[in-house]
Order: sequence, then structure tokens, then C-alpha cells
Amino acid sequence: MTMPSREATEPLGTARRAAAISRPGARYLSIGAAIAVALVLPSVATNFVIFQLTLVMVYGLAILGLNLLTGFNGQFSLGHSAFYGIGAYTTAILMDKIDLAYYWTLPCSGAVCFLVGVVFGLPALRLQGLYLALASFALAAALPQILKFQPLEPLTGGVQGIVLIKPDAPAGLPLNPDQWLYYFTLAVLLVMLAGAANLVNSRTGRALMAIRDHPIAAAAMGINTALYKTLTFGLSALYTGIAGTLGAIAVQFVAPDSFTFFLSISFLVGLVIGGVASIPGCLVGGLFVLYVPNLAERVSTGLAGAIYGCIMLLVIFVMPSGAAGLVRFARAFATARPAR
Amino acid sequence: MMLEVGGLCAFYGQNQALHGLDFGLAERGIVTLLGANGAGKTTTLRALCGMVRTTGEIRFDGKPIGGRATEEIVRLGIAHVPDGRGTFVRMTVEENLQLGAMTRRDRAQIARDIEEVYGHFPRLRERRRQAAGTLSGGEQQMLAVGRALMLRPRLMLLDEPSFGLAPLIVTELFEILRRLNHELGVAMLVVEQNAALALDLAEHAYLLETGRIVMSGPAAEIGQDEAVRRSYLGY
Amino acid sequence: MELLLQQVLAGLANGAIYALMALAVVMIYQAIDHLNFAQGEMATFSTFIAWQVIAWGQPYWLAFAIAVTVSFLGGIVIDRILFRPIHNAPILGQLVAFIALFSILNSVDGEIWNFTIKTFPTPFGREPLFGLRLISTHEAGMIGVTAVILGLLYLFFRGSRLGLAMRAAAANPDSARLVGIRVGWMIALGWGMSAAIGAVGGMLIAPVVFLEPNMMLGVLLYGFTGAVLGGLSSPGGAVAGGFAVGVIENLAGTFIPYFGRDLKLTIALVLITAVLLVRPSGVFGRTVVSRV
Repeated sequence: MTMPSREATEPLGTARRAAAISRPGARYLSIGAAIAVALVLPSVATNFVIFQLTLVMVYGLAILGLNLLTGFNGQFSLGHSAFYGIGAYTTAILMDKIDLAYYWTLPCSGAVCFLVGVVFGLPALRLQGLYLALASFALAAALPQILKFQPLEPLTGGVQGIVLIKPDAPAGLPLNPDQWLYYFTLAVLLVMLAGAANLVNSRTGRALMAIRDHPIAAAAMGINTALYKTLTFGLSALYTGIAGTLGAIAVQFVAPDSFTFFLSISFLVGLVIGGVASIPGCLVGGLFVLYVPNLAERVSTGLAGAIYGCIMLLVIFVMPSGAAGLVRFARAFATARPAR
Repeated sequence: MMLEVGGLCAFYGQNQALHGLDFGLAERGIVTLLGANGAGKTTTLRALCGMVRTTGEIRFDGKPIGGRATEEIVRLGIAHVPDGRGTFVRMTVEENLQLGAMTRRDRAQIARDIEEVYGHFPRLRERRRQAAGTLSGGEQQMLAVGRALMLRPRLMLLDEPSFGLAPLIVTELFEILRRLNHELGVAMLVVEQNAALALDLAEHAYLLETGRIVMSGPAAEIGQDEAVRRSYLGY
Repeated sequence: MELLLQQVLAGLANGAIYALMALAVVMIYQAIDHLNFAQGEMATFSTFIAWQVIAWGQPYWLAFAIAVTVSFLGGIVIDRILFRPIHNAPILGQLVAFIALFSILNSVDGEIWNFTIKTFPTPFGREPLFGLRLISTHEAGMIGVTAVILGLLYLFFRGSRLGLAMRAAAANPDSARLVGIRVGWMIALGWGMSAAIGAVGGMLIAPVVFLEPNMMLGVLLYGFTGAVLGGLSSPGGAVAGGFAVGVIENLAGTFIPYFGRDLKLTIALVLITAVLLVRPSGVFGRTVVSRV
């Protein structure tokens, strides 16, 4: 009598354990752990590593911006280097010309990029897939040339760009500029990550994904696709623009050739490697895009690009859905119950 | 038996669409697979052509063909007229027929065969240089059958040939099919929702329900069966 | 007036190369629904091979033949080994694969042949054509070769069985399989032909822009632009688009003040974007009407 009941409960018990892995409680625990690690890191790392980690967060945020548009809303963009650059330059110009404090430049560049995103998103409504890619590419290619444009030089600093000064920690905090900037970026990142997660899990988020998966059906259900798509463009530009701001402050320098379409390509690579439509994946993408090219260069300066390309190919072959896809696969594998 | 199928299961990803089918087709025979929407009729034909993942036995002329690529199965002499016709809509009628003969090398004979197809379907000859997409539904169906004939197949798989066609055209089409089977000896496996027509044409019939064969027998008998008459023949 | 004619002809000459690249891009696009971002790098690599053969003392036409053959085979190999295994992967993943290929080829070019610019010979000479100062013999050669290639391709696709099979495989792969066409190999063939066409384009433009690993960046971009402008579903449109981009680029650069070399790129792209807004599927493209 006891044997059958044990057999009957064992699968159930495992299933319960499996459900526990994906239960919200466990999720918050892992997020909390990650934040804790992030908070502690600067005390054990060198300034240079702190700087690199700051950039990882910056790129992760930029990729998150792209993810909102491409991953969650299905609009393909090769132009995000432009939004990043616009954010960076807005900050640089405001800090350089009118001495605005760095933290006030955040909402400013956010607003500017949001507007630019919406302005671009409107005509983009008419374009599909690759045609949209080309148009956004045009945007990305145009930005460096506009920045180098002679008549605008007094504002943009032309080819030489603008130099910025890294802000000090507010009085009283025992942090050097690199550490302070790290925490500042971390704080902004967490806020924006939370915002994105909130959006994605809300009705609006579902509407966005419906538009991505089946635009006709979405429209038939009464979703105002035009409105959502345009606003998403703006929001996506805002995220990437704020990343640009933080990046500019971290690097202390903006110049036209830092914001070529190759940067757009990097964001795209980061998006795919991290996992399309995955919010935590963006940080994995940021890590990849920052560290792997460096790694490749250390193996061989001449063939750095080739090695980078090979690593990319390896990742695509092994995990075509990116890191997030791998996690999903592993989770499904761990909780799979052999049926009979 | 030209075609023998045993324990055929078919899968779309994780979903199982066919659950162990057993059926067969003799040389020059006509068999029909009946069933409602979603019963698995189209899946069966696609399974025979290697277009879906399968387990189980499929034998053509005694040789196993399960797991082979569609292109290779076609080269064994199995022509599939898919649902929706599968015409190359932007190519001319003539080009569609030429494509049907893609695996053959005998140029002169191909040209003669095209003429023969026009003989069976005179309306196509009138439209030989027209883009196939501009033909009516009935003409496209005829073109699809004609293209299948160009293969000189030993077995023709037809997926809902009556779909979307006016009754007069359908009668004409099935007459032609009967004639083709008689004159050319082409075996046919016809999947149909229009049970009356199919039972009239075929010698043997199978009834499919949610991926399983629930009834099988001579067409005449199936046609007399009370349950079949109520559900599929409407009287 | 003479200046206008000169610039139009020069634009057509450059446009011929853009047309070739656009054609190569559209051929692959029709086969696999993807833009080959590495098309330019493949062409550069092929041109370097030709350069190397010439540097070893061989005659031009031998180098040309070798480069085209190697490219053809290389295109097939790249398809079979690289893209066939991932053809079921998500679209963006495949896109990254193209980017990876780009990166690898660009890097290898730089490593083997370094970044100093090299001159590449032209079999057509550089004298003014017929003594008139309208167009050089090389430029005329570019247009001529492009025309010949287009003619050969037209004959191939319309007049041969293999061409018919390739068209069928691109138009409706499922139906193509049902008539026994080995669709996988048709796609590989498309890659090979596309690579060979790219190689010819590279060898024709190298004498003008000088050979170095980044030679084709701008050219490929204009090729894409031409393809999109003409409509990705129409090879003829792509070619027309390529020529159009060449002419627009040249005229804009010559006649609009301020816009010297630097902004030429932007102008062309902006113009194209403007066109797309009016005709979202390109000038000759078919709007895909999807039935729900």
C-alpha cells in the first residue's frame, strides 16, 4: 500500500521542487544576490576594472534599449549608435558649454533622445524589416558626418570632439571618481532595469509583444499599433541615449568617430548573444561586447577580428538563442519529467 | 503492394499528429483517405513525402523510404499534389510543366509529354504562356495534376483536389483522374473531405479521426456504413 | 553641360559596380531571405587573391579567372559549412553569423596583405574613351562588363533548366522539393554565383578606389541601397537601383555645395530613405500582400 503512494508522490515532489526554482521568491533571491555582488565589487577591484565594469553596465543599458525595440516590439534597428551618440553629445555639450551638472544632463539627454526616437519612429511605421534596417542604418551612418559638419563645429567640437571631466563623489563619501561613477551608473541601471521589467510584464508589454508577433491580429484586437510602435521607438532611444550619457561621462570624451554604425552592430551582437527579449541577457551582452574583443586582441593583434568572429560563430552554433536561451533550455532540462 | 505503411507516427515539434497508421496501396490502385478537418489527412501525405518527422515503417516497392529527403522520395516516382496546389504562381503554365519534369533527362520525350498533358487538359494549352497565378482555381488544380504527371509517377498523392472548386469542374477533374489511372496505370492516394466523390473514385477507403484510422474497407462498403453516411455523406 | 554628362557617366560607371553588388545581394536574399552583409568582404578577399596572383607574375586574365573560380567555390563552401547548419536559428542569430563572417574576412585580409593601399591593374587602360573627355576606357569597361554579366545571367535564368530550377527553388522551396529539385544545392549555387559576381565587382572597382581591406565598405552600402531602392524582390530593380545610386551619389557630390566627399554617403542614404517612405517596398518591389 505504501509503495504505490510513494511512486505517486515522487514525481509530484520533484515537480514541486521544479516549480520552486522558477517561483518568484527564488527569482528575487537571485536578483538580490546579484545586486549584493555588484555593490561589493568596487572594494575589491582595481580602478581600471571598475571602469570596465561601468562600461559593461553602460553597454548593457544600451542593449536593453535596443532590446525594447527589436526584441520586444519586433522593429529592427541598425541605428542605435545614433541614439547613443546623441545622448553622449547632449551631455557633453551641456556640461561643456553651460556647465550643467552631470546628473541634470541625464533627464535632458533622455528627453532629447526620446524626441528623436519618436520623430524617427513615425516615418518608420511605413517600413518593414530590412527596409527599416536600411533607414535606421542611414541614421547611424549620418551621425558622425553631421557631427563633423563644419558649420556645427563650435557646438560639437568637430573632429576633435569634446573633453569632459569625470565628476567627483559628493562631499563626504570616501569614494574615488571611478568608484562613485560605478555606483551612480549602477543606480541608474537598476532603476531603468526595473522600469523595463515592469513595462514588459504589464499590459503594455504584452501589447508590444503582440505587435511583434502578429501585427495584424494585434491591430484587429484594438491595439493602436502606430502609437505603441512610435512610443517604443522613443523609449528605446531614451534608454540607449541615457546609456550614451553615462558612457560619455565614464570615458570623459566624445568624438564623432566613436559613434559609427559599427557601434550599432556591436549592440546588435550583444543583443543576440545575451538573448533577444531577455532583460538580464542585456548585461551578458554588455559583458560580451566589452570583453571579448579585448580577449581576441590579446590572443593575436592582427587576427583579432577573425578570432572575435569565430567566437561569435561558436556562440551562434551552440546557443542560437543566446545566453537567455541557454538558461531557458537548462531550466527546462532540469525540470523535465520523463513521462513513462 | 506498392506502398506499405506500418505504425506510422508523425510529429510537429513536440505534438504528435499521427498515432500509428497502418495502410497500403496496390499497384495501379486508388485509395482514399477520408476525414474531417484536423484528422491528419494532409499530415499523412506529408509524412509519406518526408516533409514531417516520422517514426514507423514506410515502404515503397518493398524499400524503406521513411527519413529520406523529399527530393529523393520524389525521384522514386511519387508525385505529390499538395493542398493549395503548390503552383509556381509567377511562372508560366509551360514552365510549371517543365518543372514537373525536372528530374528527367529525356528532352524529346518531355516535350511530347507536355503535349500529352495539354491533351488531357485542353484549357491549359490555351494559357501555356500565362503566369500560373492568373489561372482560375480549377485550371490551377489541373495544372498541378499535369505537373505531377510530368514526373511519370507510379504513385500520385492528391491532397483535397476538390477544394475550392465548382462542382462541375470537380466532376470533370475526377473523371480525368479516373481516366489517368485507367490509361497510364498511375496509382493514386486521394485525400478528400468530399467523401461522396472520393468513395466513387476509389476502390479502397480509410477513415481518419484525430490521427488514427478508425475504419477501413472497400469503398462501396464504407459508403454504405451508417455512421459514415450520417457524419460524412450527409444522409 | 559637359560636366553634367561627365558626372552622369561617371555615376553610371560606379553605379555599374553598385548594380553588380546589388544583384549579388538580391540573389542571396531571394534564396535565403537574408542580406549577406559579408558580400563586400568576400569581394575584397577575392580581389586580394587576384592581386596576389598578379604579384606572382601571372597575367591579368589568369588572375581574374582564378579569383572568380575560387570565389565561386568559396561561396558554396561558406553556404554549406556556415549557413546551412544554422538556417533554422532565429533571424537575428543568423544576422550575427553574417557579421562574424564579415569580421573574419576583414581581419584576415588585413593580416595577410596589410592595410597599405595597393594599386590594382585594369585591363581596359585609363585613356579617355574615343578621345572625348566624357568617360575613361576603364569606366566604359566597368559598364560594359556589367552589361555582359547581366546579359549572361538573364539568359541563364530564363533559358536554361538549371536557371529554371534555381528560380523555382527561390520562389517556392516546398513545391520545388516536390518536383525533385535539391533546394539545398540550389541555394549553394546561388551563393557561389553571388560570390563570383562580387569578385568581378571588386576587381573592377579596385583600380578606382585602390585595394585595401576596407575597400568595399562604402561600395557594399551603396549596393544594399540600390537593392532596397529597386526592391529586394526584383533583380532587375536592384540593378536599376544600383545604377541610380551611382548617379545620385555623383551628382549630389558635384553639384550640392558643402557636401564634399564626407557627406556624399549621407546624402545618398537620406535620399533613399525618402524614396522608401513614398514607396516602402522599393521602386520596383512588390508590396507583399499577406492574407490573414
